[in-house]
Amino acid sequence: MKPGKTVLIGNFAMVEGALAAGCRFFAGYPITPQNDVPEKMSVRLPQLGGRFIQMEDEIASISAVIGASFAGLKAMTSTSGPGFSLMQESLSWAACVEVPIVICDVQRTGPGSGVVSLPHQSDIIQAQYGGNGEYKVIAYAPSSCQELFDFTFDAFNDAEKWHVPVFIFSDAWLGNVRERVVIPSLEEINKKIIPRKPMPEDIGKWIPFSKKIGEKIVIPEAFPTLGYDSFPDWLPSVSHNPTGIASEESLVSFKMIEAICDKITKNEDKICRTKSYYLEDADIAIVTYGFPSRPALAAVRKAREEGIKVGLLRLLTVWPFPTKEMHELSEKVKKIIDVEMNWGQMLVWMQANLAEGTQIYLIPEISKLHDPKDILGKIKEVAA
Amino acid sequence: MSIADIKGEAGLPEHPLIANKITYLAKQFGGFKSFFCGGCGYGSIAQLIGNVFYEDKIDIYKYPFINGVGCYTMIPLLLPGKILMNLHGRGVAVATGIQMANPDLKPIVIAGDGDLLSIGTNHFIHAARRNLDCVCILLHNLTYGMTGGQTAPTAYLGQISSTATQGIIDEPIDAVELAKTAGATYIARCTTAQPIQFMKYFRKALQHKGFSLIDMVSQCITYFGRHNKLNTPVEVFNWIKANTVTIKQAEKMSKEELKNKFVTGEFVEVEKPTFMAKYLELIEKIQKGNNHATHRN
Repeated sequence: MKPGKTVLIGNFAMVEGALAAGCRFFAGYPITPQNDVPEKMSVRLPQLGGRFIQMEDEIASISAVIGASFAGLKAMTSTSGPGFSLMQESLSWAACVEVPIVICDVQRTGPGSGVVSLPHQSDIIQAQYGGNGEYKVIAYAPSSCQELFDFTFDAFNDAEKWHVPVFIFSDAWLGNVRERVVIPSLEEINKKIIPRKPMPEDIGKWIPFSKKIGEKIVIPEAFPTLGYDSFPDWLPSVSHNPTGIASEESLVSFKMIEAICDKITKNEDKICRTKSYYLEDADIAIVTYGFPSRPALAAVRKAREEGIKVGLLRLLTVWPFPTKEMHELSEKVKKIIDVEMNWGQMLVWMQANLAEGTQIYLIPEISKLHDPKDILGKIKEVAA
Repeated sequence: MSIADIKGEAGLPEHPLIANKITYLAKQFGGFKSFFCGGCGYGSIAQLIGNVFYEDKIDIYKYPFINGVGCYTMIPLLLPGKILMNLHGRGVAVATGIQMANPDLKPIVIAGDGDLLSIGTNHFIHAARRNLDCVCILLHNLTYGMTGGQTAPTAYLGQISSTATQGIIDEPIDAVELAKTAGATYIARCTTAQPIQFMKYFRKALQHKGFSLIDMVSQCITYFGRHNKLNTPVEVFNWIKANTVTIKQAEKMSKEELKNKFVTGEFVEVEKPTFMAKYLELIEKIQKGNNHATHRN
């Protein structure tokens, strides 16, 4: 893409963000509403010398993506609804062996086959808790085409930095919105990009997996790449110690889970991103993420016009959940409204981090965006 | 027994061909030790693979092993080279990603009958259809040994297993016929009683450009043997030998006679462009055609 202003649909903006971040491998399987992503990738990747493949199912797609990452390319896949559920087994493996990959979920209405063309923030909890075992992930929730471009770029950087699967939560409508996107110049991209680190030459001292040293979790600089001497002799998918030796000892599993969980949760300050609107003097706060941020912000502005002191906290990253910010917010305001395009998947997380005496209200919505009037109505109801 | 049990244990016997020559893991664990049951065929298969690697001085970085989950999961201790362990059945799909990302690598997928023909059949068929440049070694022991001898997709009619104590009533899958239909370009089958043939086929598969399948029939004493009244390794071994026929012999036999027989030999050997060769051509064509690409990274 040429730098500068352009107009793109959400799914294409995500593709361009990924390519700018250095994504050179894509494996996917057709599922509405994410079909624009593999279609665009199949055209764009060969132009840049990358590889695109349409696999036989989503399980194969995610497996191929993990394989490609092990072979040295930045890789991603995209899916929706049922396809995302199929990927959970391999995502758990990816978290276990700390492989940097990016997964885009253009969410659609569920459960079951649901409605293929309607949005629903359906997989938020699944991304973190869908796989077997315990692990922590990073997930972005963009709300515009520009953010789809920017956050996809950041997702690749985060994957390289933290050695973790990173998710981007788009949805059926956001993926098809046509908006202005500003493509940064090559210099800006090169300044921000985190490239795949070359393998170390001295294999004797190199440890391929995260390790707790003192109170700090040390994440290895480079990621094990096949074809190099420093690739572990046996990279197991079972519980292993930081050097990659498999073991059935309980202490080894304990330390492995401690490393893959704490490298994210203990670094919440560095990973979590939020954006505040009108929160300085607010009595009521709306907490939201993803596409519903837009009707929520519209409602907040309307309410401000009417003199109601209401603000908005947007979770740009849903996972890890910003526990500290949530707690600080709940100490400041006494009433919080949770706006989600689902049945309240993050409500439990918000409730768990509330200060004493703070009340929380939920505005759920399924298969369509909230009407700002509904949110405004709730704000007035809560303010009264 | 876990790997931890033998960590640092000294004084273990050296593997005649592998230990301290090729496998780093053997070094790491202080010597060679097999995790397989007494009489299992997997140890000998690992040794044959090691032989070929050692004798031909094969570049271990070029041929990574992709192994899944099954009895053979412990095979890395005996294999030379770099081993990436994946989930049950996903080996061929992972190999697709590796081969595409770095066409210089030729993954060697080691899979069991449950791996390749039950949970991962889909990936197997499609990789063969694409003619992915990889070697696929099917360890065919007619049972799920790791989990306790349940019915495998290759188990023959009437065979006794943990989940079919009255005899299996469903027809088995023939990996060779499946691969033929799917379009694999090199297909061979042999048994653990034919080590020289296996090495020959394995050497050919390593040199072959495209999807190669070697169906290696192996003996399981602990479950297959015990369930089917073949009590010693020799009995199972002899049972396999007695049921082995060559392709030439099979040509003269009727369908009824061929039931439950292992037909061995080379079934297919054809030259076809591999998936990546075609894809790299496509990239070249597209890149010559336009210069819109601006992001180099």
